[in-house]
Amino acid sequence: MSTNWNRKDLLGLRELSPEEINFILETADAFKQVGTREIKKVPALRGKTMVNFFVEPSTRTRTSFELAAHRLSADVINISATTSSLTKGETLKDTARNLEALHADILVLRHSSAGAPQFLAQRLKSSVINAGDGAHEHPTQGLLDIYTIRERRGKVDNLHIVIVGDILFSRVARSNIFGLTKLGARVTLVGPSTLVPREFEKLGVTVSYKIDDVLPTADVVNLLRIQHERQRKEYFPGIGEYTTLFGLTKERAKLLKPDCLVMHPGPINRGVEIDSEVADGLQSVILDQVTNGLAVRMAVLYLCGGIAT
Amino acid sequence: MKDTEQNPGVPIMDAEAIRRALRRIAHEIIEQNADLRSVVLAGIPLRGVEIARRLAELIREVAKIDIETGTIDVAMHRDDVGTRAELPVVHASKLPLPLEHRTVIIVDDVLFTGRTARAAMDAISSFGRPARVQLAALVDRGHRELPIRADYVGKNLPTATREQIQVRLQDVDNEPDAVWLFKE
Repeated sequence: MSTNWNRKDLLGLRELSPEEINFILETADAFKQVGTREIKKVPALRGKTMVNFFVEPSTRTRTSFELAAHRLSADVINISATTSSLTKGETLKDTARNLEALHADILVLRHSSAGAPQFLAQRLKSSVINAGDGAHEHPTQGLLDIYTIRERRGKVDNLHIVIVGDILFSRVARSNIFGLTKLGARVTLVGPSTLVPREFEKLGVTVSYKIDDVLPTADVVNLLRIQHERQRKEYFPGIGEYTTLFGLTKERAKLLKPDCLVMHPGPINRGVEIDSEVADGLQSVILDQVTNGLAVRMAVLYLCGGIAT
Repeated sequence: MKDTEQNPGVPIMDAEAIRRALRRIAHEIIEQNADLRSVVLAGIPLRGVEIARRLAELIREVAKIDIETGTIDVAMHRDDVGTRAELPVVHASKLPLPLEHRTVIIVDDVLFTGRTARAAMDAISSFGRPARVQLAALVDRGHRELPIRADYVGKNLPTATREQIQVRLQDVDNEPDAVWLFKE
């Protein structure tokens, strides 16, 4: 039995086929089980080296990739923006070539510029995994969201998925949109009109500006984090107003179907995009997302990094 | 089934021969394990899982005891990832826990180099420390590359390294039960 997977890189969900997405999810199923063993480690990537190259700050994605690599017995090096020579004027390509000279087999890249992972993937023999590039894609987050939906609901097709928040600047939203629509889900985007332009409908989704109209038919509500450190005034209404118009408050959560899942990529701004009672409530699968993220990243590292180069 | 005019398979075992071989293995397992209730039959996907299921059924008929079965994935425990052009598909392992004080019998269709059995032992040890680990195979075709031998063998079949052995099982392959030998 061998796989039909033949990609050395994971740059986004846009270029994957539904079969490839499902294959990653099935592989993640097998790796999720490793976390329940007495010894939570397998030798699948023994002798391989993974470099976590985070030019933008991130804790949870970086640690999730790091733990995933450890569980596959790969060696890990962490490089962050402040410790790298990028601050000394070295170009991205030179830094990457240096990493390759160290015989890094897998490069996990978080970068503020869309397309940076693709730029490197075309030039390096190493596997390149996109851990978030600008407002473009964050494929492993999209995959772990889809995995969590599939795990809880048994399927993805024909489900109504509502994504709420700053869609325009969200790579999480884009990866979710590409993956979910490929698997046959119905996706509705909700948020302030400045952050959810109608152009998104070209991707095969519905756009709405009234959250209360959408919630009663939702099978999943995925609340994106309001990145207030990044918001520019001209786009964003202000935190209090945002919560009033789009926050999943305790009252608003009563509109949800009893089996509707509540998701959030984290970290949560309690009281802004979601009330504490809802984030910690029975419908919340936010911590499942964290657990599943590890399994999905193990699958991606195994599939991309395990191919002979 | 890989059956071409240029290279027809040689039938080695038919459904009846497989049934007899598995029945004999079932009897041997009963004889050699005084405490049958502690035995776990751990099949290696895909055909080992089906063979383990059939062995459990045969043991139930003879000894009137339900013994537990499980699945042991070896793909993520192999030592050749990154050196092969194609990656093996990984499956979730499912074993009754804890394994302490139990006898785990690894079940596979063909025993060849022994590397799969080694990976299976490695995988089992990540779940715990069974009292004993044994190995059962429907066909032992020789050519071991590691110091491994089977405790239960359905058929010993001397082969050349370049030859191929293919086991076909109705429930897995949707073909009649059979063992075929292909000359390269």
